[in-house]
Amino acid sequence: MKFSDLHLRVPLNDLEKTRRMIAKSSELGYSQIGVPLPSGIKQDRVDQLCQVCEEFGVDFVTRLDLVPKSLGELLGGLRRFRRRFEVVSVLCSSKPLARQAAKDRRVDLLCFSVAEPRKRFFDWAEAELASKSSAAFEIDMAQVLSVEGSARVSLFSRLRREVATAKSFGVPVVISSGAMEALLLRKPQDYASLAWLFDMDVSRALEALSKIPACIVERNRGKQSSGYVAPGVRIIREKRSL
Amino acid sequence: MTKLVRRRYLAFRVECEDSVDQRAVSGAVWDAVLRLFGEVGCSQAGLNLVHFNEGTKYGVLRCSHKALPMVRAAVASITKIGDRPAAIHVLRVSGSLKALGKKVSFPP
Repeated sequence: MKFSDLHLRVPLNDLEKTRRMIAKSSELGYSQIGVPLPSGIKQDRVDQLCQVCEEFGVDFVTRLDLVPKSLGELLGGLRRFRRRFEVVSVLCSSKPLARQAAKDRRVDLLCFSVAEPRKRFFDWAEAELASKSSAAFEIDMAQVLSVEGSARVSLFSRLRREVATAKSFGVPVVISSGAMEALLLRKPQDYASLAWLFDMDVSRALEALSKIPACIVERNRGKQSSGYVAPGVRIIREKRSL
Repeated sequence: MTKLVRRRYLAFRVECEDSVDQRAVSGAVWDAVLRLFGEVGCSQAGLNLVHFNEGTKYGVLRCSHKALPMVRAAVASITKIGDRPAAIHVLRVSGSLKALGKKVSFPP
């Protein structure tokens, strides 16, 4: 089984630490790593990261984290940057934003705030919209690891409800590390054990770490390839001119 | 005749920048199980740190086979040993120490 971590938050200004984190991820068994990049990143920086990943035998995935404050900002961000990144996630800070992100086919991952439990809008309405588009619900495990006490109790309770909602509406769940430090990285099996705490069975959790993120990346790479025309339509061979 | 208590042995490796001793590792695991599952959960886990090498930071933990998911989750949730940031990675799980020794090559 090949595992993916679509949210490895490496410090882009510290190449040595970035190398260490990518090496650690590779050592822990991940073969695909998604790194969130700023929207205005230069191509040579992306190539540098890609090279580091290649060095450790890891597939590099470009990711954009959109944190919009309004619907206009969300739609503008998607219009401008969707084609430049392989994975696009949206941090939904309000209900209208969450609803728009869930129904927009350009959004890959829906993220919600951990610090403010009232701003987690992944309810049945959100799940129904997400099930009709291609958006998946993302869980950052670094946040599960970093909270303690009553905040963790509340987070587990919310996650349990959200995971059950996602299951009943057929919304795919993606588990990512969300780690900014190498010490917050865990093996996929360890993440699956942690997911068991909010009633996600181990096989489903392992799928959320392997099959589902890999499918998202493959789908988007297909769309970004030169032969893509429309969903289900791609150019196989071009007729040679005589 | 079947055994009354089936056990599981977990080989693990501690990742920490400073040195850690057996007592601190044992305390961190106990604390994690206690914090996540309470006193009843802790009593059912049958936890015991069988062995810990302070030099290589490799160790073996024993628990009841029924409590394995609990113990794995608790071990994965550890972010500190004492006051120092740390992580514990489970390498393999086995039903006997002998089999675990065959599956994991512990550094000398």
